[in-house]
Amino acid sequence: MNEPSSNVDAVPAIVLDSLRYAWSDVMSPDLVINDLQVRSGDRWFIEGASGSGKSTLLGLLSGVLAPQKGGVTVLGKRFDDMGGAERDRFRADHIGYIFQMFNLIPYLSVIENVTLPLRFSKRRRKRVSDPDKEARRLLEHLGMGKLAERKVTKLSVGQQQRVAAARALIGSPELILADEPTSALDEGHSEGFVKLLFDECKTAGSTLVFVSHDSRLAGLFDQSFRLEGGHP
Amino acid sequence: MMTLGLSWKSIRHRGFTVALTVISLSLGVALLLGVERMRSEAREGFTNTISGTDLIVGARTGDVSLLLSSVFRIGNATQNISWETYEKISKNPQVAWTIPLSLGDSHKGYRVLGTSAEYFDHYRYGRKQALEMAEGVRFADTYDAVLGAEVARKLGYQISDEIVLAHGSGDVSFVEHTDKPFRVVGVLKATGTPVDRAVHVSLEGIEAVHVGWDGSGDHDGHDHSNCNHPAHDHGDHETGMDRLAAIESTLAGEDPNSLEPETITAFLVGMHSRVDAVFLQRSINTYKGEALSAVMPGVALQELWQVVGVVETTLLVISLFVLGVSLAGMLSSLLASLNERRREMAILRSVGARPVHILSLIVVESILLTTASIAAGIALLYGMLLVARPVVLEKTGLQLGFGMLSSWELILIGLVMLVGLLVGLVPAWLCYRRSLSDGLTVRV
Repeated sequence: MNEPSSNVDAVPAIVLDSLRYAWSDVMSPDLVINDLQVRSGDRWFIEGASGSGKSTLLGLLSGVLAPQKGGVTVLGKRFDDMGGAERDRFRADHIGYIFQMFNLIPYLSVIENVTLPLRFSKRRRKRVSDPDKEARRLLEHLGMGKLAERKVTKLSVGQQQRVAAARALIGSPELILADEPTSALDEGHSEGFVKLLFDECKTAGSTLVFVSHDSRLAGLFDQSFRLEGGHP
Repeated sequence: MMTLGLSWKSIRHRGFTVALTVISLSLGVALLLGVERMRSEAREGFTNTISGTDLIVGARTGDVSLLLSSVFRIGNATQNISWETYEKISKNPQVAWTIPLSLGDSHKGYRVLGTSAEYFDHYRYGRKQALEMAEGVRFADTYDAVLGAEVARKLGYQISDEIVLAHGSGDVSFVEHTDKPFRVVGVLKATGTPVDRAVHVSLEGIEAVHVGWDGSGDHDGHDHSNCNHPAHDHGDHETGMDRLAAIESTLAGEDPNSLEPETITAFLVGMHSRVDAVFLQRSINTYKGEALSAVMPGVALQELWQVVGVVETTLLVISLFVLGVSLAGMLSSLLASLNERRREMAILRSVGARPVHILSLIVVESILLTTASIAAGIALLYGMLLVARPVVLEKTGLQLGFGMLSSWELILIGLVMLVGLLVGLVPAWLCYRRSLSDGLTVRV
C-alpha cells in the first residue's frame, strides 16, 4: 500500500499509531487505526461512507479532537502531548482545511475569506508578502480571478469550493485536509476541482488528505485508504 | 484585536436585527437616565425650595406642617403668632434678618403672601439664588403687588393691571375684596418653587384690605371656615374704623408705622452664624410667652421628601424593569443569532481560531452593542431633554438640567455596561462550549 512517492521527506506528514477513539465510554471505539503513515507531499484518498469515522479522523488529524489511545503525530509533533490551545495554534500554522460545503463566512468578502487564516497564524502570514495579492493570485490559478469582487453569497457551490481551496492553500500550510470537498459538485466539476487542488498542493509543497465517499476519485491519488465502520 | 474586526463585520452583516436590539436597549437606557435625571432634579428642586434660611418660625405645630403652610403654602396654619414675638426675635443680636409671612388670601386660586421688603433681599432658593425681577419693581405702595412667574404667565397679567384679592384660599372664592384692587408693579423671574405661584403684597396691603373689610360692617356675611387671616381678628371690630382712618393717614404719607399687623402666620430667620440656629431653635421651642415652633428647613424638607419620595422610587423601579426587559431582548437576539452562526464558528475553528477567540467574538459583540446602545441612549436623553424641558418647566416648574452627565448617571451607565457584558457572557459561554463539541463539524 505504501508506494514511494516522488517527494520523499525525512519526516512523515502523518503517523497514526494504535489509534482508538470513542465518542462514548460504553460503546466500542468509533475509530480504530493501528498503523498509518502519510509521507510528506503525498496525496491520499481516504474513502469512507458516512458513519465510518470519517469526521472523527478529520477531527483527530486537525487537532480538534484528542485521541484517547494511541498516537497522532502530524509533521513530527505528537498531538497527545499538546494541549487544546496548542493544537489550535498548530492547526492555524500548518493545516489548511476545506469543508464539504458552506465554507465561506457570509459577511466577509471573497478576498477576506481567503486571507482569513493569516489572521490566526503569524507563520503563514510571514510567508505571504502581500495577502491581497496572494489571495488574488491563488484565485486566479483556481479560475476565480474574475469573481474576486463578488459577494460570497452570490457564488455558486463550485465557486465557493474553489475560494475555500484558495483559503486552505494561502500561506502554504504543510497539510491540506479536505472533507468531501466535491460532494456538492457534479462529476465533471469534481475531477476538475481535484486536479486544481493537486496543482496548487504541488506548488505549495503541501501534503493532501482527501476524504470522500466517492470511490471514483480514488484513482487520481497516490495512495488510498478505506475506513469501514470505524474499523479499517 | 483580530476578533474585533470580525465582530464588527458580523454585526454589520446582521444589521437589521442588531439595529432593533440597539434601538430597544437605547430606549431602555434613555428612559433610565431620563427618569434618574427627573428624580434627582425633582429632589434637588424640592430640597432647595428654600435655601439660606436657617429657621422657619410659626405657631406650635409639626415640622412638616409648618413647612407646608409657610413655604409650600399648602394647607393653613391653625394659629398665628403675635407681631410682638416676631419683633422680639428679630431683634435678637444673633439674627441677621427675618422675613414675615402673612397668608390667608388668594387670587384666582393663587396664594397671596403678605411680606416685607426683606423678602426680596434675603429669600433664597436653589443654590442660594436670590429672587430677581423679570420686569417692573418691588412693591412700595400699600396696594402694590408683585406676581410670581407662573401667576403672571397663566393669568396673563401685565405691569399696572389691577387685581382683586379674595378672602380664603379656595380656588373659587365668592368673597372678594373688590373695593380694594391691587396694582401689579412687578413680576418675578421663574424659580421653579412655590414662589412662582404667589402674589406678593406688603403686610400693610393685607392689613388695609382686611381693615377695610371689617370696616364695611358686613362681616358676618362671609364664611370663615376656609381662612385664618392674621389681620382678621374677630375681636377687633370696634377698632376697624380707627384702623381705616390709620390707613388713610398712611396713604397720605403721614405715619408709615401705623399699619403694623397684630399677627402674622410665620416668619423666616437668617442667622449671622449658622451654628447659632440650633440654640435659637431651642429657645424658640421653649419660649414661655407663646406656643411657637422653629424648624430647620433642610431637616423638614428631608422629612417631607421621604413621604413624597415613594413616587420617585416607584419610577426608578419601573425604569429598571424597562432596562431589564431590553437587556433580556439583547440576550435573546444574541442567543438566536448563535444558531445561524454555528457554521461561522466551525469555519473560524478550522482556520485556527481557538475557542477563546469564539468566546471573545460574542463578548466583543455584546460590548459593541451595549456601547452603541448607551451612546444612542445618551443622545436620545439629550434629544428628549431638549424637547421636554420647556414643557416640563411650564407644567411642573421643574428645571431639568441640560448639563453634563452627573457622576451618579455615569455610575448607572457603568452598571448598564457591566450588565450588558454579563448578559453577553451567557451566549458567549454557550458558543464556547458548542464550538468545543462541534469542532469542525459544520452544522447548519
